[in-house]
Amino acid sequence: MATEQMAGAEMVIRALGDQGVDVIFGYPGGAVLPIYDALFKQNHLRHVLVRHEQGAVHAAEGYARSTGKVGVVLVTSGPGATNAVTGLTDALMDSVPIVCLTGQVPTHLIGNDAFQEADTTGITRPCTKHNYLVKDVNDLARVLHEAFHVARTGRPGPVVVDLPKDVLFAIGGYRGPGSVQHKTYRPQVKPDAARIDEAVALIAAAKRPLFYGGGGIINSGPRACTLFAELVHLTRYPCTLTLMGLGALPASARQFLGMVGMHGTYEANLAMHGCDVMVAVGSRFDDRVTGRLNAFSPNSKKIHIDIDPSSINKNVHVDVPLVSDVANALDAIHAGLKARRFRPNQEALAAWWKEIEAWRARDCLAYAKTDKVIKPQYAIERLHQLTRGKDIYVTTEVGQHQMWAAQFFKFEKPRHWMTSGGLGTMGYGLPAAIGVQIAHPGALVVDIAGEASILMNIQEMSTACQYRLPVKIFILNNQYMGMVRQWQELLHGGRYSESYTASLPDFVKLADAFGAVGLRATKTEDVDRVIKEMLAVDKAVIVDVVVDELENCFPMIPSGAAHNEMLLGPEDKKAAGPVSEEGMVLV
Amino acid sequence: MSVIEKHTIAVLVDNEPGILARVVGLFSGRGYNIESLTVAETDRANSLSRITVVTSGTPMIIEQIKAQLSRLVPVHAVRDLTEEGPHVERELALIKVAGTGEKRIESLRLADIFRARVIDSTIESFVFEMTGSTEKLNAFINLMEPLGLVDVSRTGVVAISRGAARF
Repeated sequence: MATEQMAGAEMVIRALGDQGVDVIFGYPGGAVLPIYDALFKQNHLRHVLVRHEQGAVHAAEGYARSTGKVGVVLVTSGPGATNAVTGLTDALMDSVPIVCLTGQVPTHLIGNDAFQEADTTGITRPCTKHNYLVKDVNDLARVLHEAFHVARTGRPGPVVVDLPKDVLFAIGGYRGPGSVQHKTYRPQVKPDAARIDEAVALIAAAKRPLFYGGGGIINSGPRACTLFAELVHLTRYPCTLTLMGLGALPASARQFLGMVGMHGTYEANLAMHGCDVMVAVGSRFDDRVTGRLNAFSPNSKKIHIDIDPSSINKNVHVDVPLVSDVANALDAIHAGLKARRFRPNQEALAAWWKEIEAWRARDCLAYAKTDKVIKPQYAIERLHQLTRGKDIYVTTEVGQHQMWAAQFFKFEKPRHWMTSGGLGTMGYGLPAAIGVQIAHPGALVVDIAGEASILMNIQEMSTACQYRLPVKIFILNNQYMGMVRQWQELLHGGRYSESYTASLPDFVKLADAFGAVGLRATKTEDVDRVIKEMLAVDKAVIVDVVVDELENCFPMIPSGAAHNEMLLGPEDKKAAGPVSEEGMVLV
Repeated sequence: MSVIEKHTIAVLVDNEPGILARVVGLFSGRGYNIESLTVAETDRANSLSRITVVTSGTPMIIEQIKAQLSRLVPVHAVRDLTEEGPHVERELALIKVAGTGEKRIESLRLADIFRARVIDSTIESFVFEMTGSTEKLNAFINLMEPLGLVDVSRTGVVAISRGAARF
């Protein structure tokens, strides 16, 4: 293939174009000035200037998760790269495809403690799927294309490409993406046929089955989501989803039991505990899902579909592992069920559903309704009701508000729910919302936030206003780091050590200072009004919803407990007694 | 609790900067044991290195180690020699012993029995070179202890499968 000669910085722009990138999130600095100069000279690639590099990565995550495309980040060397580390780790934990270009000091200065030098590949090795340091401009194009290939295929993840400044100035040959044939990297995307037969036999014979779907379904793509919904519908089996999987099956589906896990529903967790066949689809038996491992779903045969072989048997031993892309595995299962003319075991299934309906009837998400104070759950319920039928994307920060959003906001479609699941990164929601809004300019994008989390990346309000992004920040303000306070109440005798934030800013004035609109609700009857006002404004809005300070998030599986030891409310807490010593040490 | 097993794993990797750090970082970051680790380029034409790592853990941990290693992008192949059939393991040690008189003669006599070679000698010291199983090396080093053992340098285990097949 003939190569075109150009400077490294131009190659970067060219490669991004050839990879179909239309927008990048970044922040300039000395080491990446050549790239910024090349950016200046073109107009097909849009650059969104963030206010902190962590925000750039979260914005790229929001962009990637809401579109299915690779999110691209451009930051400078040293602090630019180290500031990006939290975002990269977040993307690794939640399997988000990101390519992060970092500047680096010129090759002859590497290792000399030069100004703004950091060992970026060393620092990011454990928090990326892969990383590269490009020392020769003639490797640059290949590495960039390879980075995109690695980021988007297999289990998606973040890839860092570290670019020394002299390489950006050097002239070399550019090659197009072509067909990337990596020497070693070959994710297994097709399931083993014999294992499929075993899985189909188990699914067909199940009496107390359960589908347990996760973010892998969404990552696999729309076909996987369709096939999954069809499988649930065809079998008439109950289905639960993880935090990351919400939207993979419409929340309105009768067979959807709600979210599973620590703050999942009573019916989902008891179904998980009591099932005889569990079909894990693109979910990874995370500790927030399993609770105490030795009591986890003790009587079930487990089928596990995952594209990452290291997810199999990591926490929980499974009977039928299927290393595969979700869509391919579901295709094969559909074919297998069809071949054996599958009919669900009506009698057994009716009995199983009867049991589940009894659990459902406990109405585990019920909360004490009152007019005296705004209940956070109520605020989210109203937000959901008043935005029904709109093309709405929801992001969150991390904490109680995040769990309430997961419980009370009903997601009908995949890729409309963006939250930091694995890493639990406070400060994720606002920059992620910015990334989503950039990808979907006409859509309604709401960051359901807490007053503590939002302050972690509040500087990104400035980004939202610069690009006239009408993101809505819906703060459930209880003046506490709510989840920390809840754990201190449950585990540490109510000693609220450093979990109360004194001197919070006036969020209405803060919005105003950034050039956004600020609204506040202090009484139950204000809630509808502020939501309507928020929706009516075509600008960034911060809504400060002053909620019940001491409300706790239930249901809850206390740490170290099993699914059938769930607390439904404060009364259960008193009855259950103190958390075990073993549970205390768990996060 | 499951039993702790010891496994010898061969990992074929691209010989590129940082690959050893990736492997070692994986072990330290995830809390796996390294009992010994050796690495050297074994295929210059294709720029491949072979890492031999001896590790220990429950069967579930060993499975995780292999899956995690396979997941690294520059890794070509991971083979569990302990699990995949008969293989041979060898380790090389350089053992320095200092002494005079009867102790010096005794160390030389034992070296002969163990088929260790003398690769350096002064009138008051020897450096022995010895190849063998880890156990044999341990046995010899223990014997040298009272005879004036000064220092030991060991390569760690290298291993290869028996028979005609690769690995």
